[in-house]
Amino acid sequence: MEGMMPPPIRRIVVDEPATVVAAPAATSQTNGSTPSHSSPVSVTAPRRRAASLAGGIERMATHDLSILYGDKAAVKNVSLPVRQGEVLALIGPSGCGKTTLLRSLNRLVELTATASRQGRITLDGQDIDALEVTQLRRRVSMVFQQPNPFPMSVFDNVAYALREQARKRPRKSELGPAVADALQRAGLYDEVAADLAHPALRLSGGQQQRLCIARSLAAGPEVLLLDEPCSALDPGSTEIIEDLIVRLREEVAVVIVTHNLQQAYRIADHVGFMYLGELVEYGPAEQIFGSPQEQRTQEYVSGAFG
Amino acid sequence: MDRIGLGLCWAAGIALCLIAAAIVGFMLFKGLQFLRPDLLVTSPVASQDQSKSGGFLDPMVGTLILTTIGTAVAVPLGVATAIWLSEYARPFWLARAVESGVDIIAGTPSIVLAIFGLIIFQQSFFGFLSFTAEGGAVFGRSFLTAGLMMSLIALPLIVAATREALQSIPGHVREASYALGKSKSATIRRVLIPAARPAIGTGAALGMGRIAGDTAIVVILLGATALQAEGSTPLFGTLRGTGSTLTSYVYNNSPAGEGNAPEKAYAAAFVLLLIVIFLNFSIDTIAGRRKMEAAWKG
Amino acid sequence: MSAPPLTKFARSPRRSGESQDRRTELVLGVLACGVLALVAGMVIFVFAKAWPSFSHNGLKWFGPGGDVGAQLQAIFNSPADPANYVYLLRAWPLIYATILVTASSVALALAFAVLSAIFIVEFAPNRLRRILEPTVRLLAAVPSVIYGLIGVLVLVPLVGNHLITRAQKESVIFVVQLTGNSLLVAVIVLTIMITPIMIAIIVDALRSVPNGWKEGAAALGVNRWRVMWTIVVRSARPAIIAAAVLATARALGEAIMLAMVAGSVAFSPNPLDGPTFFLEPIQPLASTIVINAEGLTVVPFGQTLYAFAAVLLVSAAGLSLCGYAAKQPLKRYGIRA
Ligand SMILES: Nc1ncnc2c1ncn2[C@@H]1O[C@H](COP(=O)(O)OP(=O)(O)O)[C@@H](O)[C@H]1O
Ligand SMILES: [Mg+2]
Repeated sequence: MEGMMPPPIRRIVVDEPATVVAAPAATSQTNGSTPSHSSPVSVTAPRRRAASLAGGIERMATHDLSILYGDKAAVKNVSLPVRQGEVLALIGPSGCGKTTLLRSLNRLVELTATASRQGRITLDGQDIDALEVTQLRRRVSMVFQQPNPFPMSVFDNVAYALREQARKRPRKSELGPAVADALQRAGLYDEVAADLAHPALRLSGGQQQRLCIARSLAAGPEVLLLDEPCSALDPGSTEIIEDLIVRLREEVAVVIVTHNLQQAYRIADHVGFMYLGELVEYGPAEQIFGSPQEQRTQEYVSGAFG
Repeated sequence: MDRIGLGLCWAAGIALCLIAAAIVGFMLFKGLQFLRPDLLVTSPVASQDQSKSGGFLDPMVGTLILTTIGTAVAVPLGVATAIWLSEYARPFWLARAVESGVDIIAGTPSIVLAIFGLIIFQQSFFGFLSFTAEGGAVFGRSFLTAGLMMSLIALPLIVAATREALQSIPGHVREASYALGKSKSATIRRVLIPAARPAIGTGAALGMGRIAGDTAIVVILLGATALQAEGSTPLFGTLRGTGSTLTSYVYNNSPAGEGNAPEKAYAAAFVLLLIVIFLNFSIDTIAGRRKMEAAWKG
Repeated sequence: MSAPPLTKFARSPRRSGESQDRRTELVLGVLACGVLALVAGMVIFVFAKAWPSFSHNGLKWFGPGGDVGAQLQAIFNSPADPANYVYLLRAWPLIYATILVTASSVALALAFAVLSAIFIVEFAPNRLRRILEPTVRLLAAVPSVIYGLIGVLVLVPLVGNHLITRAQKESVIFVVQLTGNSLLVAVIVLTIMITPIMIAIIVDALRSVPNGWKEGAAALGVNRWRVMWTIVVRSARPAIIAAAVLATARALGEAIMLAMVAGSVAFSPNPLDGPTFFLEPIQPLASTIVINAEGLTVVPFGQTLYAFAAVLLVSAAGLSLCGYAAKQPLKRYGIRA
């Protein structure tokens, strides 16, 4: 039973001690079993992680990627690495193509009939077109702006991917540990453990979004894409999810879209600034927020910081 | 497993295409083959000889009359019910009861409605609607009685369409109207009904299709005869009299009925189909227009 | 002196608006209640008329025993004296035929409609979808008598002349005549008749499933078919139930079409006859009423037919109740009913 074992990606992390060492603040809480939002550091500190400029292994990369809706380009010639062990944040004004770029990484844009793609995307050096699309999406999972738990119980939501991946329909008792583990890693377990049969749609917005993260984690992804996961949430839930993302980065490569610059500053290691479909500047968070090279980045970032 | 499901899905889709094409194509072919203009303008004549048994002018008129009566009764009643259900609905239990009442009518087979109509309209109280025999026995069968029962077929469709439209009107539209000092009844008349008009039209067209296509009520409540006026008043006499419709004409001329004139049955069925297609088309036009209006409103 | 009349004057237009409102509510309410009264009247009248037939037979009315056709004939030929009316009836063959033909065609149509709806919503090429959807809506509106006509003029001869063998005819010759008017044709035509109705409803429901759920499942690496099956169809279950209920009501009450193709012989097909089972004629309750409509004036015969109508009425009401009950557990997880 594959679903019962810890997802393979964690083993890769263990094999790569450099990244674990590089992120001291959050590393102490790996393996996810302890809920972390009690950590006082993350509440007060402006940055939730130490810098990791050394950079992890590169998992995904886009090469001159352009996405067109009809003949209107939403993403233009973007080349961007996605590394494991760090959080990559995409920032930029609304409508600049962040969501489109994110959705192209697991080929979800293909669900839009008018969309077309130019350029290459690789996952571990392999062209993603060579992979079967379902395989790709299992490895590169996505959490959406609007929490979208399925109209089922909490348990069934998390177990959904496990059931779909299994060859034979597993029994509920077999899935229990894996579901609990995913909920724990998403920091939701303590809140829902009492009643896993609770309808997912009756959870609060923040809980729903964490459930969606748990649902994605249960599938054992190697790259996790988050599209403005906190934009529909209250500050409390936002904080919990930010903590969670910082913890997750050593297990999976995380790409997060946000137009909340403080948030990007708090959690990101690398930041890409997009404007009108172009990737204007890409670099370590300190550089983007501290000494941007580009005029437009400067304007956008300073506008946000006052 | 998935392959099987997907395969079945495609198989069902292709089978659907084939069946739809077969039915439409077959009716088109038979209709064009057997429909002659003179069938449309001559009345049926009881005759064994196919060439002398006439056309189906009377059934066409019958379909027209029944559809008119049924719609004319169902639209006001249905709209009133829908408005009451969505704008007033007090007391609550009564509203729920009316709601389930409409549901029950929607689920009742038309043959049961026909039987019920016969019981009701054979009461001497309703004698004026149909023919009364010597001994005072009320016949109960006429265009009026059949039309009234037909309205029950259309009623749930109109109620549902109107309610849906009223519910989709945002609350602030009503509030804006009240804010202008209009009373509730004026709001209903000036704002809500105009907004719901396309939906009412859709519901009415759906209902007309169902009325034109119903056979059971015609066979039981209309007698399925040639037009036989009752009394001497021209129009009212016809309405009190019995007659037939295209559906009963098709039924009677099929091998299952007495006539057994398949060619005429096909021709009449084709005309009936054209009527249904026309009604369907008008529904699409209404719905399309509604979409466009919605787009204009932003 | 001037103040009170002024207030009164200022108020009076609003007053008249209010009273008009009350009048409107009253009129609308009375009309709505008229609908309710109609339903109540229908139930009461039909049952009152049907009562003698039920009371003379008791529960045996629903049971098997003897030849229904002959029993109906005897009722029709009752003496004119009310004291000597014949009521004996064992309606099981008619009920059995109704259940048989309704259940099989609804089951077939349900599978066919769900698969076709998935096809239309998700897999059909755009061009095909644009033709198919209006066609389905048209087929849903085609009068049943047209389906009956095609059935009796095309399918019945086809089955009668080519599918039924001489041996099969002879094997049941002493019980019933095999002409092609059969359970098989009835089920086929009824299935074709109710499928478009179900497809139209289910397609709408599948479309209205929030896109977020579909994308959420797709983002987990689930293929299109599984997304449709595990998320979209699952969430559309209330509409599928509603479609099934509506189709069952149609099938249950279908009189004319079945009268045309099913054979109008009150016979209970015997599953032990093997394949011949499907080729044997049947006569459901609703068609029995239409076929015998001319006998309504014979008092006991009319009362018997009213009893059939009463059974249909109760079944239809029970059906919508079942549909309502079946949707309730789904509400808990936020599936809109
Ligand atoms: N499905 C679509 N069809 C056509 N254009 C789209 C579609 N989705 C997004 N766009 C366009 O692509 C551009 C980028 O959109 P998006 O990626 O959603 O931006 P962001 O997430 O940065 O706000 C916008 O101009 C938007 O109008
Ligand atoms: Mg976006």
